[in-house]
Amino acid sequence: MMKNINFVSQFKKANISSVIIFILSIFFIAFKGLNYGIDFKGGTLIELRTESPINSSLIRDTLNSMDLGDVNVKKFGKDGDYLIKVEQRENNNSNLIPEIKQTLSDNLNTEVDFRRVENVGPKVSSELLESSIIAISLALAAMLFYIWVRFEWQFSVGSIIALFHDVVITLGIFSVLSLEINLSIIAAVLTIVGYSMNDTVVIYDRIRENLFKYTKISISDVANLSINETLARTIITSVTTLLALVSIYILGGEILRGFSFAMILGVIIGTYSSIFVASPILKFFKVSYKTLEKEEEKIVP
Amino acid sequence: MLNFSKINIFFIYLIFFLISIFSILNLQFHDNKILDKKVNLGLDLQGGSYLLLEINSDSLVEEKIQSKVIPLKKLLKDNNLEYRNFKINNNSLVFSLKDLDKFELLFYSKKENLVNPYIDNYRSFELDYKKLDENYIEVMFSKFGLLTINNSALRQSIEIVRRRIDDVGTKEPTILQRGEKRILVELPGLKDPERIKKLLGKTAQLNFRLVSDNSEFGVDKLISENGETLEISKRIVMSGENLIDAQPSIQNQKNEPTVSFTLDRLGAQKFGRATSDNVGKRLAIVLDGKIISAPNINEPITSGKGMISGNFSFQEATDLALLLRSGALPTPLEVVEERTVGPDLGEDSIKSGITSLAVGFVLVILFMFYKYKIFGLVANTALIANLLMLIGVLTILEATLTLPGIAGIILTVGMAVDANVLIYERIREELKTEKSIIHAFDAGYSKAKITVLDANITTLIAAVILFAFGSGPVKGFAITLGIGIITTLFTAYFLARHLTSIIVLRNNHKDLKI
Repeated sequence: MMKNINFVSQFKKANISSVIIFILSIFFIAFKGLNYGIDFKGGTLIELRTESPINSSLIRDTLNSMDLGDVNVKKFGKDGDYLIKVEQRENNNSNLIPEIKQTLSDNLNTEVDFRRVENVGPKVSSELLESSIIAISLALAAMLFYIWVRFEWQFSVGSIIALFHDVVITLGIFSVLSLEINLSIIAAVLTIVGYSMNDTVVIYDRIRENLFKYTKISISDVANLSINETLARTIITSVTTLLALVSIYILGGEILRGFSFAMILGVIIGTYSSIFVASPILKFFKVSYKTLEKEEEKIVP
Repeated sequence: MLNFSKINIFFIYLIFFLISIFSILNLQFHDNKILDKKVNLGLDLQGGSYLLLEINSDSLVEEKIQSKVIPLKKLLKDNNLEYRNFKINNNSLVFSLKDLDKFELLFYSKKENLVNPYIDNYRSFELDYKKLDENYIEVMFSKFGLLTINNSALRQSIEIVRRRIDDVGTKEPTILQRGEKRILVELPGLKDPERIKKLLGKTAQLNFRLVSDNSEFGVDKLISENGETLEISKRIVMSGENLIDAQPSIQNQKNEPTVSFTLDRLGAQKFGRATSDNVGKRLAIVLDGKIISAPNINEPITSGKGMISGNFSFQEATDLALLLRSGALPTPLEVVEERTVGPDLGEDSIKSGITSLAVGFVLVILFMFYKYKIFGLVANTALIANLLMLIGVLTILEATLTLPGIAGIILTVGMAVDANVLIYERIREELKTEKSIIHAFDAGYSKAKITVLDANITTLIAAVILFAFGSGPVKGFAITLGIGIITTLFTAYFLARHLTSIIVLRNNHKDLKI
């Protein structure tokens, strides 16, 4: 087996590129922004299927004639399937949806089936955004706490930096590609947090075990050894998880596509970060069996 | 770790059997009287409408504060408290007062306080006052007073919403309180919620008021159904509260749809008196501030039965009758969130969900077999058992399966093998230094145990938080992911370990590869 790859020698390069990508991601999120769906922005979403394929510009023109403000029409999966998004207007017209449906049925010259209609009001959308941010923050805090209880603070800091790295870069890629952020993407991000943590914990467990086993060698070598020992597991689990995710991405339908894409990104980034972000931080803190023993003395009086 | 006592084995398989047997219940199509449990399909899979309604108690607070004017003035007069410049605001009353100490004593009296009753369960008075400048004070509802108004309005609204929806006759509606101001309505199978939305969008406050130009109560200028402006007395002769039944009917002479109604005894009396005293005048029937019609009173109506006409179509008459039967909403309801999924999209989602589950499952199984051969088979058996148990638990809980929930199951399939991978990789390492196969397996299992737990608890934390904060479909994902982790731990550490032990103990002497 291809044991003993020198990961540590790559730490510097990896860290520099991680920092650059991280900063770029923040830059994109801050300036280009995230493409929030109606869950977080409010507005109306209509998925429709027409009997005979039509030009999406016909839908756009029909809706523009209604003076609805910002309207977004795109193809959605199969031929004849379209997704329409209408922005939130201040004057809340309770008849908006039936009016849109009627106008489309009258003007498209084909049978129209309204497969999905969603409308999220401004109050609800701002609440959903708020509770999503709370959920992600709480998840990060809970992970931090768990690692702090199970390991020492250096591990806690390392894993949380790795998590931030994963979440920010995943969102950064969503910003660059202008992919929609909705409730299921938030679910994906939280799952990524769990998965990335899971990966980091496995390596950390081994590093700690090896620190006590090989007290003479440096943290760099211990980290390298531990990463190599757990490498097979890291790869196999990533592969099986990715197999499941790619299957959802390709076959799971249009609604799950964004979710599975976010998860695929997250699994790849999360696997990378456990090796190249979480482990170097232990080196940075000069963790050794001595620092760990001190910690234990403190805990056990 | 490889030794199992007989009783252990018995319990492991008993638990597995008892839980996974429930997954089979989902295959039955007929109602089973003994064990009628099934995984519910979420609205995104079976199609239907989800509505989130919000009450707005502002107008109610306004109404309630106005109703305090007369008792408050009476209290002041009876106790010789001089007040001046009494002003009614939207949600408060302002006036100037000299003897503030005496007022405070009366205002916050716990005994027979008709103006400001004490609410026992909140340990608070209904009203509060605060000093403005000089001698002016402002009386308004206390925090708990507002809460009481809000809560009773919400309770009442839920009741009325339930009656209206039951009356329309959709199948198995769910109507629940959500937070302090909201009502969640789920209507499975409903393709177009517009009619329901229309019915819930009306408060349906019905009043009978005389058309007159000289009323001591003041008048409202309203436009009647045929366009004339009428002055309607503010005095309410009778309101919809006195209705006990309303039905759509066809008036024979003109073949016109109307709504005929029946009044309770008090209503019949009131109505009888008003119609006797005002023969020849016109009586306006006002619904939510709009005149439906304003017919002439030809003769006294004392039977307690009447009829409302107003150029209705039959559908309109049916809906009006339904609204009147179900009673008036205390406050207007606003639809703040609405999601409707058509039945064919739901079916497509089920199909694609199950296809991707099957494909993902097969891929993972093939990969595991390729990597670990016979022990791959053990891991795969555990995976199948895992899936059965996961569906079994979902069935026992009668959980709601959503499309993201199916994604959660697929993800569980991908991640569940991790526990076995961790263990097997550890055993491989142990085999390098350990000569005894049994010892290597034993050490592998015990050393990997902590890691497996650590790794799964982190994902479980994410799932729990997602469940607490997520809504609707996302909650469905959190449920499957969370339960999946627990069944994973069980199958990896008990079932797969036992199967592994059988293989290892039987092939101890041979050169066993993993």
